[in-house]
Amino acid sequence: MAVYILRRLAQVLPMLLLVTFVVFALLHAAPYDVVDTITTPQMSEETKAAMRERYGLDQPIVVQYGLWLGNVLQGDFGYSLASRHPIAEELAARIPNTILLVAPAYVAALLLAIVLGLIAGSRRGTLVDKTIDSLSGVGIATPSFWFALLVIYLFGYQLRWFPIIGMHSVGKQGDPVDFLLHFVMPFLVLVVAFFPELARYVRSATISQFSQDYVLVQRGFGASRRQVLTRHVGRNVMLPIITQLGLALPILVTGAIVTESIFGWPGIGPYFLTATRSLDYPVVLAVLLLSAVLVIVGNLIADILYVVVDPRIRIGAGS
Amino acid sequence: MTTTGTTPNVAAVVDATTLVHRTRSFRSVSALLAVAFLVIVGAVALIAPLLPLDPTTTDLAIRWQPPSAAHWFGTDELGRDYFSRVVYGGRISLTVGILAMAAATAIGVIVGLIAGYAGGRVDDALMRFVDFLSSIPWMVLVIVASVFLKPGLWTIIFVIGVFSWMATARLVRAETLTLRERAFVRYAKYIGVRRELVMWRHVVPDAAPTIIVAATASISTAILTESALSFLGLGIQPPMASWGSLLETAQGSLQTAPYLALIPGILILLTVLSFNVLGDALRQSVSEGGAS
Repeated sequence: MAVYILRRLAQVLPMLLLVTFVVFALLHAAPYDVVDTITTPQMSEETKAAMRERYGLDQPIVVQYGLWLGNVLQGDFGYSLASRHPIAEELAARIPNTILLVAPAYVAALLLAIVLGLIAGSRRGTLVDKTIDSLSGVGIATPSFWFALLVIYLFGYQLRWFPIIGMHSVGKQGDPVDFLLHFVMPFLVLVVAFFPELARYVRSATISQFSQDYVLVQRGFGASRRQVLTRHVGRNVMLPIITQLGLALPILVTGAIVTESIFGWPGIGPYFLTATRSLDYPVVLAVLLLSAVLVIVGNLIADILYVVVDPRIRIGAGS
Repeated sequence: MTTTGTTPNVAAVVDATTLVHRTRSFRSVSALLAVAFLVIVGAVALIAPLLPLDPTTTDLAIRWQPPSAAHWFGTDELGRDYFSRVVYGGRISLTVGILAMAAATAIGVIVGLIAGYAGGRVDDALMRFVDFLSSIPWMVLVIVASVFLKPGLWTIIFVIGVFSWMATARLVRAETLTLRERAFVRYAKYIGVRRELVMWRHVVPDAAPTIIVAATASISTAILTESALSFLGLGIQPPMASWGSLLETAQGSLQTAPYLALIPGILILLTVLSFNVLGDALRQSVSEGGAS
């Protein structure tokens, strides 16, 4: 197992280098740079050139990349060129906010999807199934930012139940009730964004399990549909779902970019969007590196979970 | 990365026949509705310049008028007729959807064909590349790319096309792998038909159903992606408008004129839903045709 993980990690490193270098190169090919976004037209060309020199933007691209990489390996993501704040600090402050929003939403969506998917899949072709399946279909076709606008209009403007922006009211940091009020709308939007595809997945997994021979045998021996569902089909459907948890890891950071920026949630989303607009490349690279690492680690976790969770693979996997 | 093998499930097909009749009528009605909707939206978008529509004339005296007989969808923040704006927005959204789909399908089919047909190291390298591209969250990729290129219609078509062909490539590769071993393909190879010609004349026509289903799905993806990017201000730029960029503008006047936000969103939803329903129906008829 340890050898397997090490080998996987060895494959991962060149990929990370490739991802970051490609983005580095892309941002350099852009027609303007960060100096253009932070300077004013009144500044002289000499001042701008001096700024470029100070930021190292006058160096050849490979040198700049090498410097950046060297610093990252020492745990230093550098400074945002636009705001001059250290990126590591900024990320450390924002990532918990994003996780606080996304993790509960994903778990809720997953539970909802498992329940609805099992119900629909085990009653294939009935009205319940068609309703759930159509609901998932509509959900998949709904742009989540549009749904967010509807939610803001209804609960924010019309009913005035919830505040429409931010994570706290001014001066109420740490007040759990105030936090929950801010939390409800983006949470709802994310649950609606996450659950339809998961529900479809659970439904089709359930359908294919119900067509297996063991279900027929169980029914032949007098087991009820419910017994088959809870004791056998449910467990078999859960296996791929658990591995999905690993694949969902990157969602924790980059899964809510749009939703966060609509609701002004102080997470990674608005930070990343602002940074890309001003070509603040150290920030863009840091977020990209982070999400690439999470994708790769998530895949690794999914593969390991797959082996750990399913006894059939564990016993069979001698090689 | 994780590779998922698909094995045809015979038991599922047999079991399904009992339900086919009930499901089929439900499916065909919804497929019919989807096609009807797409035909109407497509036709209106196509002939928009011939219709008495004026999406550009501003009249500040009639800003934010709710829907009425004179202005079916009301007027926007500059007093422009919103129905005309939505129709022209639909033209852009559908154009992006169709052209991005064409680009993604072309790349996906070529990569899938080469990987599946060549096999071996070429296949390995191409599929690793597909894994690599799919492993970066597309949102991050597309945002980075759309900043690097000057935002606008062609950029967004390019960006979506270039970053959404991976699913098509996987499907076409799987199809090619099986077709490669079929008698007519092996015979064509045996009598010395050129490789490119074998792929084009014998593999592509047989993979066509798969390709069409994948293409339908990628129109939906393209339309949703375009609307999200335009909503973030990274897509279609004024004075041009798409359904997504109309929503961006509508966000500012949500409280005074909610219908400005409601209408384009419903159209995106219905269009994407219709393409998905159509894709499902096509896939269904392909697999039933294959089974009989």
